[in-house]
Amino acid sequence: MPEDSNIMDKIAESNRSVVTGIDEKEIQYWVTISVLGRKYRVPAGLTIMQAMEFAGYRLIRSCGCRAGFCGACTTVYRIEGDYRLKTAMACQTRVEDGMYLTQIPFTPAERSDYDLDKLRPGIEALLNNYPEILKCLGCNSCTKACPQDIDVMEYIAAGKRGDIAVMAEISFDCIQCGLCAMRCPAELAQYNLAQLARRLHGKYNTPAPEHLNKRVEEIIQGKFTKELEDLIKMSVDELRKVYTARDIEPE
Amino acid sequence: MAELKFIEGYPEYMRKLIDIVNKTRQARRDFTPKAMTMAERDEVLQVHPDYAPGGKRQILFGPNKGDMAANEVVDLLEAYPVVDSKVINLSNPDYSVDLLIIGGGLAGTTAALWAYDKGVNKDKILLVNKLRHGDSNSMMAEGGTQSADRENDSPARHFLDAIGGGHFTNKPDVLGALAEDAPLIMKWLCDLGAMIDRNDDGTFVETAFGGASRRRMHACRDYTGMEELRVLRDEFRSRQIPCLEFYPVVEFLTDGNRLTGAVLFNLETGDYKIVQSKVVILSTGGFGRLHIRGFPTTNHYGATADGIVMAYRVGAKLRDTDTVQYHPTGAAFPQQIIGLLLTEKLRGMGAQPVNIEGEAFVYPLEPRDVEAASFIRECYVRNKGVVTPTGMKGVWLDTPLIEVKNGSGAIEKAFPGMFRMFKRFDLDIRKDPVLVFPTLHYQNGGIETDPWGKTNIESLLVAGEVSGGVHGKNRLMGNSTLDCLVFGRRAGITASQILNNKLPFGKLTLEHLPKYIAQLKNANINTARKAPIILPDYRGKAVLARMIDVF
Repeated sequence: MPEDSNIMDKIAESNRSVVTGIDEKEIQYWVTISVLGRKYRVPAGLTIMQAMEFAGYRLIRSCGCRAGFCGACTTVYRIEGDYRLKTAMACQTRVEDGMYLTQIPFTPAERSDYDLDKLRPGIEALLNNYPEILKCLGCNSCTKACPQDIDVMEYIAAGKRGDIAVMAEISFDCIQCGLCAMRCPAELAQYNLAQLARRLHGKYNTPAPEHLNKRVEEIIQGKFTKELEDLIKMSVDELRKVYTARDIEPE
Repeated sequence: MAELKFIEGYPEYMRKLIDIVNKTRQARRDFTPKAMTMAERDEVLQVHPDYAPGGKRQILFGPNKGDMAANEVVDLLEAYPVVDSKVINLSNPDYSVDLLIIGGGLAGTTAALWAYDKGVNKDKILLVNKLRHGDSNSMMAEGGTQSADRENDSPARHFLDAIGGGHFTNKPDVLGALAEDAPLIMKWLCDLGAMIDRNDDGTFVETAFGGASRRRMHACRDYTGMEELRVLRDEFRSRQIPCLEFYPVVEFLTDGNRLTGAVLFNLETGDYKIVQSKVVILSTGGFGRLHIRGFPTTNHYGATADGIVMAYRVGAKLRDTDTVQYHPTGAAFPQQIIGLLLTEKLRGMGAQPVNIEGEAFVYPLEPRDVEAASFIRECYVRNKGVVTPTGMKGVWLDTPLIEVKNGSGAIEKAFPGMFRMFKRFDLDIRKDPVLVFPTLHYQNGGIETDPWGKTNIESLLVAGEVSGGVHGKNRLMGNSTLDCLVFGRRAGITASQILNNKLPFGKLTLEHLPKYIAQLKNANINTARKAPIILPDYRGKAVLARMIDVF
């Protein structure tokens, strides 16, 4: 093997801009964005979140997982010369020249408290907790706003038919950013409705499978305790032998 | 960037290299490189960041004096408190609770629900979060959760796979609990309505993963942690358990021995609040945002090791501090998503690592450290990596092979998150491979516990990534979400048992701080560093150079 610490240095060097912040000396291409009405010149090719940080913002709100899973960095923007409002996740969207940006760090949407054991999948569960579902106008603003490209209006329509399974399936990739609710003229909190639907679907339409119930029963009876205790007591050498000898399930 | 000509998301020169991968795909369909022998594993690990020289130093004082840890971690242990013990007013606690839970990822949320189930008065529970409830690495867990619930599998086998993957360094009794409780947890998730992937006959879809001897991986598409956590959080909210957001803990309080409370910091207004609590569950997660050895990370914004820093100050014992998990497949291109996770399940369903010459060079499902080291070797020793426009090296992960093996449509069905992430940057992972390189993923070690979450500090329980032992020096896929769920549950139950004994509140002091500072001085540590750091700082260098402190 060659100089291994040298390898680590090379890796660190290649990652420097991602890890320690960007040095503008290295930047060739720039765009101008506007954050809350103030213009900043930022490197082209950054995400909106990276660009705001480059400009000097140390984020507290509107920043969570930085990878498109958590819905914290909900962003509304417009491109200069275009009247339309667009939506995005700041961590998953490249900056464009002429972007006018603002972030929506919090959605003050209604959510219902419920005891899942007392509900059943169907229209009643939705109506009892979120009666406003019937107010949906079918305007499609929710779907247009969704940064996950979920057909929100479609799953609300399914909900109105009491089709919990379809609602659950369509809404599954929801990151609960709240943009649907913020754009809805009928003031629905679609993402909370979808959460209820998915839990109803998971619990009642696809209950725990038999092979799991059987295994749980075996564990409660202590069927595996002795075997585990034996392994826990084994020396490393013994464990190594048992580990190496174990068979591997074919693909 | 504007100069480079891009064709369907890739620059022209990378497009030519992709042609080479495309040419060898059919031949690789039925060819998988052999798994490494133990000796071959040891050899390749020499280029793993844990084993390559440098990057670590000894801890100079405290319960782990003499142990090695990453420089970035030792820097935080060798740092001064952010609060001044002489200034903080402890005489009127703002909150008096039975159970304080710090960190609302999977572990903390699970702990709250189980403490509630076991009879702890909900209004005597307080869950505090640095950012929002749910902002955590749990939310980003893609691949799955292990549970040995098929006929040909067993908790013992789960144990064996994990301890082999951990190089036989895992704490055995804690690992035993993990393996034995897994099916109970899976059942609990089903009962709460989590949508876990199913076959047509209702059985779980269970897939292979690195280091496994059985297909045991349960997933919720590629949003596993998100689905698990949003279900638990929904239940938590329905039960109206008290919760604070944007309130990180910056220091513990003790009565001299026992943990008795904590100092909270309002991230937005800058003032502090005092919590008095009979029992504390620490579930603050890991340290990816420390960028150990300069690596990018898969971790969320708040993963800054606060928990181990504060626990070490009150004398908690750590273990396995010398290893860090680098996930083999972090994104290396495009630049906007460098370091983000490409789930191991991609390899579990047939995606192959391939070098610049189109060769499959490694068994795709080695334990994570071995797999990651083999990528580093391919790029930096054998020079068969692909260089990106920003100078990173990586190897291909041949995702189109998933559809060759599982049929067209398999990727959108099983990996909607991955498909969407790349599509946002004009890349189609069904048609083209993606470029990957190891990324900082997981804090293997942490605060030592027993199988019920207890530590060497009275009234301090820990659960999840902040704990150490269950994974030893290397974690297998699907054992981290499981770790959070199993030990979150166990910590919640343990807390309820401790509270059954009519425990009184303890005195609130910060007297451990002057003692800690004395240890720093004794060890000749002269630094301006303060910890916990709460959040990383990615502001541009030009702006930072011109900061003025006006108000």
